Amino acid sequence: MVEESNLKLTGESRQKIVALKQLYPSPRSAVLPALHVVQEQFGYVPVPPMAEVADILEILHGEVEQVATFYRMYHQQPVGKFVVKVCDSISCYLRGSDELLAQGQQKLGVKCGGTTPDGQITLDKIECLAACGNAPCIQVNDEFIYDVTPAQFDAVLDELKRAKKNPYFVP
Amino acid sequence: MSVINYKSNQIFPPPPPSGDPTYQYILLKHRVVPGLRKLAVYQKEGGYEGLKKALNDYQPGQVIDLVKQSGLRGRGGAGFPAGTKWSFIPKVGGAKYVCCNADESEPGTFSNHELIENNPHQLIEGILITCYAIGSELGFIYIRGEFARGARVLEEAVKEARAAGLVGKNILGTGFNCEVIVHRGAGAYICGEESALLESLEGKRGFPRLRPPFPAIAGLYARPTVINNSETLCNVPHILRHGPEWYANYGTEKTKGFRLYCLSGHVERPGNYELPCGTTFRKLIYDLAGGVWKGRKLKALIPGGSSTPFLAATDEVLDTPMDFEGIAARGSMQGSAGVIVFDDQTCIVGAVLRLVEFYKDESCGKCTPCREGTQWLVQILHRLEHGEGRPGDLELLLNVGSNIAGKSFCLLGDSAPVPIESALKLFREEFEYHIHQGRCMVGPGANRPVTIGAAH
Ligand SMILES: Cc1cc2nc3c(=O)[nH]c(=O)nc-3n(C[C@H](O)[C@H](O)[C@H](O)COP(=O)(O)O)c2cc1C
Ligand code: SF4
Ligand code: FES
Repeated sequence: MVEESNLKLTGESRQKIVALKQLYPSPRSAVLPALHVVQEQFGYVPVPPMAEVADILEILHGEVEQVATFYRMYHQQPVGKFVVKVCDSISCYLRGSDELLAQGQQKLGVKCGGTTPDGQITLDKIECLAACGNAPCIQVNDEFIYDVTPAQFDAVLDELKRAKKNPYFVP
Repeated sequence: MSVINYKSNQIFPPPPPSGDPTYQYILLKHRVVPGLRKLAVYQKEGGYEGLKKALNDYQPGQVIDLVKQSGLRGRGGAGFPAGTKWSFIPKVGGAKYVCCNADESEPGTFSNHELIENNPHQLIEGILITCYAIGSELGFIYIRGEFARGARVLEEAVKEARAAGLVGKNILGTGFNCEVIVHRGAGAYICGEESALLESLEGKRGFPRLRPPFPAIAGLYARPTVINNSETLCNVPHILRHGPEWYANYGTEKTKGFRLYCLSGHVERPGNYELPCGTTFRKLIYDLAGGVWKGRKLKALIPGGSSTPFLAATDEVLDTPMDFEGIAARGSMQGSAGVIVFDDQTCIVGAVLRLVEFYKDESCGKCTPCREGTQWLVQILHRLEHGEGRPGDLELLLNVGSNIAGKSFCLLGDSAPVPIESALKLFREEFEYHIHQGRCMVGPGANRPVTIGAAH
């Protein structure tokens, strides 16, 4: 494990952030997409790379941190390789999302928000994903799975236990 | 039940039987034209002809007039006439911006999602025309962070369009320059509120701004800015291509055109339904979507996303035309056209708790009535739901609600008590039952043994 204080952006990440800076009329507008780049590299947004982002964009460190803590998609702490997010808003609730969440907790032996001991899967809930017509729906990292039945959910979790890459990625 | 493979790309209901004139897909054409996502296919179907017409045949001001004549109203919630909104942009030099609101996060709403992933050029064309109309050379698509695939699809489409000379400098040789930037949010319902969206796009926390000044005068980077919902903008190419009269042929007197009704909850066939504005709830739910699931009865519905009041399952309601005026006349709102159906086995207390929890979780925290008030509402509803309700709790709920609505900084606060107030009007006895019996009056929870805090 690398000490968090030693975490550094790769050259590729830096390049992406520099390109983002040049894209917008104001460099500060690149903060949100830049933090997505950070999270892509580390799986969460550690403090030292946030400082690098601030330096590249020539804004205050605090300005980046304010953003990182406001938006729910940025993880403040390391999470599992796959984050399974069950939508629990109204339309999914009406079609069985609470049952899915209970099933997931039981199967993985973790509480909502928790990560399996091998670091493979984090189980969490999420607000409406704008897929209410295909409820209940879930996300695996940033990819959607629609119309999830309990049997399918079971299969998804089994698959993720072994998966190396997100099997639900659709280009 | 839908028979869709949960891993496949085809995520929305298959096209309904042809022959019914209702089903001339316009915005949803991708359902009948495979590969519409690609520029070549989109152009073959008449894509970018609206843009061509706008640039070659009309002055910017004339484009605004056409959109005014079409009667197009915003699809994001308030239904403000799009052409009128554009005409507020001052005719001054310097930068102006168009921001497409693709933050789509209101529970029950999912039309932008389908439009973006399947027909990205329709949206890009709409943005380009809007930019031309208001004299802007830069359009943004603020897309919610969770739509990672949607953002990929849009970026790919912008690339294609740029390579074809449809985005960038000197578009179609007309001298019009325009760029489109796809900007991903990062998970915050409040960024759908237009002034919070602008803050977020400037790289800040999504706190709503004080108005005036309105975005038309001082929006993004304090410059004149138009903000429209994705679906609103998707209509624009068709209006240019076929003319405002054609568009105004659809719909009702005051709500023109067609829109995507997002149907979810306890129906047989949920999904997006593209219908002329003013179609009735009955037609949508019973004729097209197969009625309430499992052969059950309708208990209530929410007509326009979670921020709009419940409506009862009466004949009068079912025969109401779904347009801004029709639904308002029944005491609710058209909103985002997210129709949520509740069957007769639904415990309304549990459903209301879930609805209000959303507002608690999504309150941006800027103002106290909303931040604190939504927590109290959830706390009280939670104890009601779990059999620990106290006499006086219903009055308390209404009281706390009235201290949020109208006293908060933005409409999110105003929306939070809406489900409670409307449900209490329609189903008060269910809330009282919870207090006195310690369990649900209907649904699976009705037979649950009472363990805690029953009937003090
Ligand atoms: C809390 C809140 C959330 C909103 N979310 C959205 C949204 O996700 N998408 C949207 O288009 N409009 C949303 N709106 C409405 C926008 O503020 C704005 O009115 C709309 O984008 C204007 O576009 P239109 O005129 O095309 O409807 C929201 C409003 C509020 C108060
Ligand atoms: S009403 Fe709620 S969401 Fe709106 S500004 Fe206040 S705290 Fe934020
Ligand atoms: S309620 Fe789950 S996607 Fe909207």
